[in-house]
This record gives sequence, C-alpha cells and structure tokens, in this order.
Amino acid sequence: MNGRRLWAIVIKELRQLRRDRITLAMVIGIPVLQLVLFGYAINTNLRGLNAGIADQAHTAGSRALVMDMLATGVVSPVATVNTPQQLMTMLRRGEISVGIVIPADFERRRIDGRPVAQILVDGSDTAVQAAAAQLAQTPVDSALPDTRAPPTSTPRSGRISVVGFYNPQRRSAINIVPGLIGVILTMTMVLFTGIAIVRERERGNMELLIATPLTSAELMVGKVLPYIVIGLLQTTVILALGVWLFAVPIRGSVLDVYLATGLLILANLALGLLISTRAQSQFQAMQMTFFIFLPSILLSGFMFPFAGMPKAAQWIAEVLPLTHFLRLIRGVMLRGAGLWDLWGDVLALVAFIVVMMAAAIMRFRKRLD
Amino acid sequence: MSADEAIAIRARGLTRRFGELVAVDHVDLDVPARQVYGFLGPNGSGKSTTIRMLCGLLTPSAGEIEVLGLRIPAEADALRRRIGYMTQRFSLFEDLTVRENLEFLAAVQGVPKARSRSRIDELVGQYHFAEQRNQLAGTLSGGQKQRLALAGAVIHEPELLFLDEPTSAVDPESRRDFWEKLFDLADTGTTLLVSTHLMDEAERCHRLAILDRGALVADGSPRELTSALQGRTLVVDAIDPRRAQRVIVDLPGVLSVAQVGSSLRVLTTEPVTAAEAATDTRHRIDEALVAAGQQAATTATPANLEDVFVAVTRNPMKPEAHAA
Ligand SMILES: Nc1ncnc2c1ncn2[C@@H]1O[C@H](COP(=O)(O)OP(=O)(O)OP(=O)(O)O)[C@@H](O)[C@H]1O
Ligand SMILES: [Mg+2]
Repeated sequence: MNGRRLWAIVIKELRQLRRDRITLAMVIGIPVLQLVLFGYAINTNLRGLNAGIADQAHTAGSRALVMDMLATGVVSPVATVNTPQQLMTMLRRGEISVGIVIPADFERRRIDGRPVAQILVDGSDTAVQAAAAQLAQTPVDSALPDTRAPPTSTPRSGRISVVGFYNPQRRSAINIVPGLIGVILTMTMVLFTGIAIVRERERGNMELLIATPLTSAELMVGKVLPYIVIGLLQTTVILALGVWLFAVPIRGSVLDVYLATGLLILANLALGLLISTRAQSQFQAMQMTFFIFLPSILLSGFMFPFAGMPKAAQWIAEVLPLTHFLRLIRGVMLRGAGLWDLWGDVLALVAFIVVMMAAAIMRFRKRLD
Repeated sequence: MSADEAIAIRARGLTRRFGELVAVDHVDLDVPARQVYGFLGPNGSGKSTTIRMLCGLLTPSAGEIEVLGLRIPAEADALRRRIGYMTQRFSLFEDLTVRENLEFLAAVQGVPKARSRSRIDELVGQYHFAEQRNQLAGTLSGGQKQRLALAGAVIHEPELLFLDEPTSAVDPESRRDFWEKLFDLADTGTTLLVSTHLMDEAERCHRLAILDRGALVADGSPRELTSALQGRTLVVDAIDPRRAQRVIVDLPGVLSVAQVGSSLRVLTTEPVTAAEAATDTRHRIDEALVAAGQQAATTATPANLEDVFVAVTRNPMKPEAHAA
C-alpha cells in the first residue's frame, strides 16, 4: 500500500464530502432527529434471562423457592455462586442479567415476615427490570415444605425484594441513547460507503481510477478513513445531546465509549464497502443497506430485548455488529464496565471487520467486466 | 532499434463477446511507436471495447495482446504506470476543481512530489486553465472538460496514450489546437491511439484502422487507403441533384451516392478488371441521366477518407437515398 496514493483518496473524499451539502446535513440531522423520535422504548416479556444464584441458606425451603422461580421460565440458571458480591461482578460483566440471593437466615426471615430473598437486576435494560418484577411475584409460602398453614394475609409482594442496579429510576432514555449511537451509525455508515463505489461507477469515475496504478486496498481503505472521522463526530453529537437532554450517565471511561464506537464504525464501513462492490446502482446499494438495517434494529436488542427472542433469531443477531456493540456500549456507559470485561464482544467486532474488509478488497476487481 | 521497440501495440485475433454479441471480432493490430494511430469506425463498431482491452480494463474473450512489451491482461498492473487513458465519457471528478483533479491524478499516477506542483502549473498554462483553475470540473463546458481530461491523462508523461473520442465536444478551432498538442506529444516520443469518427481527424493520423461491427476492415496510412480507391470516385454536377440521385442510385456498379451541396459524390463498386469497369459504370450513369432527361456532367475525382470509410463499412447509405 502506497501512502501517497492512499492519502490522495482520503483528501479527494473529504473534498467531495465538503461540497455535498445533503450528506453533511445527514451527518448531523439524522442523529438529532432520531434522538427525538426514539423517545420511548418498547418493552416485552422476557424469557430465559441468564441468572446467577447465590443460595446461602441451603435449606429445603430455599431450594424449593429457587426451583419455583426457575419454573416460571423467566430465568435460566447459568451459574451458582456463594456470595452476592460474585453476582455483582458477573452482572457488571454482562454474564448474567439477574442475580438471585437467598440469605443464610432465610428460614428465620420467612417466619418473621421480612423479605426472604433478593433479586439483583441489570437495570440498564428496562425490559429485564420488568421481568424481574414478575419473578418477585413467586409465592414464597407455597414453597414451604412444612404443614403449618401460612397466614393468608401475608402480602405476597414485599417478601422478595428487587434491587435494580445501574438505572434505579428505570428511565428508558438511558437505555435508548447508547443504543441509538449504534443504530444511527449502522444506518449512516453502511449507507455512506454502500454508495461510495457504485457512485463512482455510475458517474464514470471508476474507469479512470482502475486505469491508474491505484490498488484495490488503497481505494477501499482510502474511502473508509474519512468516514471514521464522520462517525466519531456523530457519536459526539449523540452523546452530548444525550447527556444534555436526558442526563444519560457515562459510567465507564469515555475512551472506552469511543473505542467501542470506533469498532462499530469500522464494522459498518467494511460492510458498506462489500455492499458497494456487489450493487449495480446506488438504488440497489440503498436497498441492500436497508436489508441489513432492519434486522439490526429488530434483532440486536435495541428495540426488543435480546433474551426475549427465539434461538434462531438470536443466532442471526450474533452476526450483526450492532448486537455486540449494544452489549459493549451498555456495559461501558451504564454499568461502568471496561472493554476488557466484555472482550468476547470486542473480539466478535474485530473478526467482523477483518472478514468484511478482506471480502470487499478481494471482491473489488480492477476490471470493467 | 529492434523491431519490438518500433511496435507499441500488437494484437492478434483479439475478440470480445458480450453474450451473443461479438463486439470485437478477431482484430489484428500493429501500432507503431511514436506515431498517432487513428481508430475510425461508426457507433458501436467496437472502438471503446478494443481500447479497454488494450489497457487491460476488459478481459478479451480470445486473442493475444502485447503492449509496450507486456502481455495483457496478465501484466496489466505494470502497464498502468506507463499509460494514460482518456475515457470517452468524462471521468474526472465533477465535484472537484480543475486544480484538485490534477493534484489527485498527480499523486495517484506517482508524479514525484517535488515535481508535482510545477507539473500542474505547467499543464494549467499549456491547457489554458489559468483562469479556471478553481472552477469545479462539472461546470466546465464540454470542450473544456475534454481539454482537462487530456491534461489529466498526460500528467505523468506516459509512453503511450489512449484517447477515446477526445474531441467529440471540441469546436473546430480548438480542435486544431488539440491536435497540435497530440503531435507535440508524438514528437516527444509518445505513442498515441486516438479513436474518432471525424474524417478530418482521421486524415491527420499517421496511420489508421477502420473498424466495422467489431471487425478490422482496413488499415494503413490515409494515403494508402485513399489510393486503393483510385478511379472509383465520381462527381456528378446536376441541375436537379435530388432527382439525379434517384436516377443513378440503383444502377449496377454504384455503391453509394451522397449529395454534397449541388453536386453528387458517387462511389462505384470494386471493379473486376481495374479501370474498365469504372468507365463502364460512368457510361451507365451518363446514359441513365440522359434517358431521364437530366442535365448533368460527370467527372472523375480523387478519393478521400470518407469514400474509404463508405467503401469498407458494409452499410452504405443506399436505403436512405431510397427514402428521399
Ligand atoms: N459492457 C457491455 N455489455 C454489453 N454490450 C456491450 C458492453 N460494452 C459494449 N457493448 C456493445 O459492444 C458494441 C461495441 O461497443 P463500443 O462501445 O466498443 O463501440 P464504439 O465503437 O466505442 O462506439 P461509439 O462510437 O458509439 O463510442 C456495441 O454494440 C455495444 O452495445
Ligand atoms: Mg466508444
């Protein structure tokens, strides 16, 4: 790769972008518009949330209570640990969404009417909070193994307390804004590069470009680089608006936020380039962009909770960059996690970028036929 | 100088199909170095397709190509550094200025950084863009765009230039200027392959090839080509040229009749035995005109390239004359 030729492409793209008023307006206009439009989130019932269990009582009664909770199907156990602290760590890393804590004095609490168990919830997802509230309805008394009839007046609620972490006020904007960074970047980044190659083909520039010593890699990378800057600019607009309008917290490091966003931007640009090498016209490129965009919005966990989806949909979601980005950005912004806590999703994004970029470079032929 | 150096482009059996259509059909070419070589042919005859294959942009369906000693398309990457290609359609960036376009090409074509600025200034001067250097290329006139495209194609001083209908939008006055530049380039050792369908341009080329429906139907210097038509061109001066045209157009031995002002230019078919058949046809024409009561005088005239073009392309303008 020749640095001078690469730079020439970057400069050319920036100069063209500067004169393209509509695209420039889109860079700022789309984030602002979407932020306002997505004011509300949609919640649905969840099933199969990852749960960690810390049963410190180890009595027949406590085991029966846990069994009853699992029987609802809302949660499925992925880990059994000893202390609530361990649950907190797993929650922060995103390994579990719900933690069930049964204290050592479970039997005594049950008799004297104090809360007998605690459900720790990842409140950064409002849908999970709603599901936890449902779990808390598990009747404690029917789980009693002994014959003593419980007082019927015992209020069912209140016996299991729900503690939401990270978003105690259950404000949906807090969930929406980090997700929105991902959605907006998916839409605009794929579109920008999706039309990048086709446009030059349609305008006749491609015949000139491929007759020069430019290599495929120089052309592809040169087209991607300027849009990274654009993407980070958009991120800044959304973050600033989110913090200013909705008081969205950034609990992790800002650097991690930008690193995670940088990964998503690259993933989407690479995907856009691949689309661009396939599409015959700008219109086709837009159609293909939409084809990617819809599942991203619907399956990534942005609109509907990931855990609420059938297995097949979850598999599809795992190959969408937005899914991994949402886990990263929610982890960093709302739970204060570091990127290293969520290395699995970082790895997934990096793999996606490498594969897409390589495919785009290989697919692009310096030929007209 | 070895024979290989003297030939810049050599093609054998060059063929390109697009589905059923054979766009280029077994073309053999030898383009001498340091000359202006013309590519003449009607619309859709395969000029652009041939040029694209010669620069390695299109893969031939069959045939062999050697350009500047490189086998194409296998060694196309090495060739790209040594050629300039001016596309038929304007292919510079319309949303960049004249200067920005040239800067981009200088960088991409590997003009040394130190030389880049002076080379661009030089081109801006030579190609008369001093006042328009900051104008967007998209707002230039058609002829100006072609001038800019030529400047862009020569920025790295290539050994070989492919120009695909470079003057289609250039006015006659500027076209002379344009061709001066092409000959200047040939003088400095550049080989030029220029496609055109303008006869006056074809006339200027050192050598030319005529393509028709993908096939190479004639090649040689303009003089060679026209002298091959010796004795086959006649001028009929008639009082009523339209009626006279109707009288002679269907006569045996008449290949085409075209009205030029108040006279008719007649091209006769290839004679079986040289001068004899041509005079036969001339007699037939005179007799037919007399029989039709037309006052006219027939004289022989030297052939020009347009006659060559009509003679070798297989669609002479007879049907049109009929419709009139
Ligand atoms: N990519 C393509 N796909 C299908 N057919 C093509 C393609 N490119 C060219 N052709 C066909 O090949 C034939 C030759 O086209 P070409 O562009 O080489 O003609 P040309 O001599 O340059 O004509 P013009 O003077 O109009 O530029 C035409 O019939 C054209 O329709
Ligand atoms: Mg053409």
